[in-house]
Amino acid sequence: MKELKINAIREGTVIDHIPHNMTFKVVDILGITDTNNIVSIATNLYSKKMRKKGLVKIGSRFLTKEEVDKIALVAPNASVNIIKNFEVTEKIKVNIPQILNNIIKCSNPRCITNNDKVSTLFHSTSSSPLKVRCHYCERCMGKEDVELL
Amino acid sequence: MHIFRINMEFKSKDIISIRDFSKEDLLYILDISKKFEKDYDSNLLNGHILATLFFEPSTRTRLSFSSAMSRLGGKVIGFDNPASTSVSKGESLLDTIKIVEGYSDIIVMRHPIDGAARFAAETAKIPIINAGDGVNQHPTQTLLDLYTIQKSFGKLENLNIGFVGDLKYGRTVHSLAHALSHFKAKMYFISPPQLKMPKDDLEQLDKEKIKYTEGKDLSKVANKLDILYMTRIQKERFPDPIEYQKLKGCYRIDKTFLENTKKGLKVMHPLPRVDELCSSCDGTEKAIYFEQAHNGVTVRMALLSLLLKKIKNERT
Repeated sequence: MKELKINAIREGTVIDHIPHNMTFKVVDILGITDTNNIVSIATNLYSKKMRKKGLVKIGSRFLTKEEVDKIALVAPNASVNIIKNFEVTEKIKVNIPQILNNIIKCSNPRCITNNDKVSTLFHSTSSSPLKVRCHYCERCMGKEDVELL
Repeated sequence: MHIFRINMEFKSKDIISIRDFSKEDLLYILDISKKFEKDYDSNLLNGHILATLFFEPSTRTRLSFSSAMSRLGGKVIGFDNPASTSVSKGESLLDTIKIVEGYSDIIVMRHPIDGAARFAAETAKIPIINAGDGVNQHPTQTLLDLYTIQKSFGKLENLNIGFVGDLKYGRTVHSLAHALSHFKAKMYFISPPQLKMPKDDLEQLDKEKIKYTEGKDLSKVANKLDILYMTRIQKERFPDPIEYQKLKGCYRIDKTFLENTKKGLKVMHPLPRVDELCSSCDGTEKAIYFEQAHNGVTVRMALLSLLLKKIKNERT
């Protein structure tokens, strides 16, 4: 049987090694459900390292630092490949940033960020397992508490 | 951006969280406080104004800050009932701070929202001292607790301390446990299961390799303790009043109980007390909670003087 492949893109971004259950979370982060760009989404692809993985390709689009930081929170081992003229010109390994500025919501309902016009700010205290501490209320949150803004 | 470290050269202008202090910072403040106990210049803060913004009720903290400022020749303005201020008209915290910083040289603030103090400090150009932000931090209480312990025992290292009562919502317990972890204390956390120490704080102690136990029966560990740190079950922190009714009065210490404890034991309490600490304990040599409250003035005199740059920092 002929294998179906996702078309290569001339210019844009490929996000690879997404945990298979986080593929659509990455799609949400990038807000590409309503776009004119070419988008390819694949999930449950075979991966030697991960067994199953997700992959997202977006034509004519390069990610901001904020988007890469958000992806790091849901897919800490993802790689972001920048494509120019069908070639990978840059490969970025995502990292949990030390400071998360207005990226996630504080899970503490009594926190000032949930009660006043104050942007959230978190300090990452551990990347594996993920632990972040709210700059304001000092509440520590794990991966299970992380809610993207 | 402020990154959780004071590195107490007092270039950082605020006192917000005990997490911002290193062991050396804590010891430095205790040393300065000691000097204020012996002798001080009653005109040191002459010409300076302290604003006390209490969005939540307080007796000891507010009055001891006012007393500290007055003893050093400074003046005090402020409120302890936000209902009688523009806050009741919907003024934001940011606006309140922006206004008050034009009226004063330093602000002491208590606020019911966690993180309000850090936000205020980032907003204000003048120093902010956190006098309690929700269930988060109350760093000056911790400093006076440490001062009291050091004064009573002559040391801070290797003490056995039992924290009793509301360990879930009790910000004084969280902060003191964190501070004492610098001094290798052994900690006994005694509470009803509903009011146990938060997981986050225990993980922090694990990280620091601090020995601790958890339980609900005080009598099982009472004889091992050097310090018994009692806390009130805080009615105002309970979302469900029925839950409060079930737990109030679950610990009660009286003179008879104290007679059966170790000779050198000292009983502390951040106060106010309700029924967890019977007045029959008051006259005993084990009770140091009134002295603890009085030490608040000494420590706060030191803090006000440091933040207003009236003490030459010998460490720089």
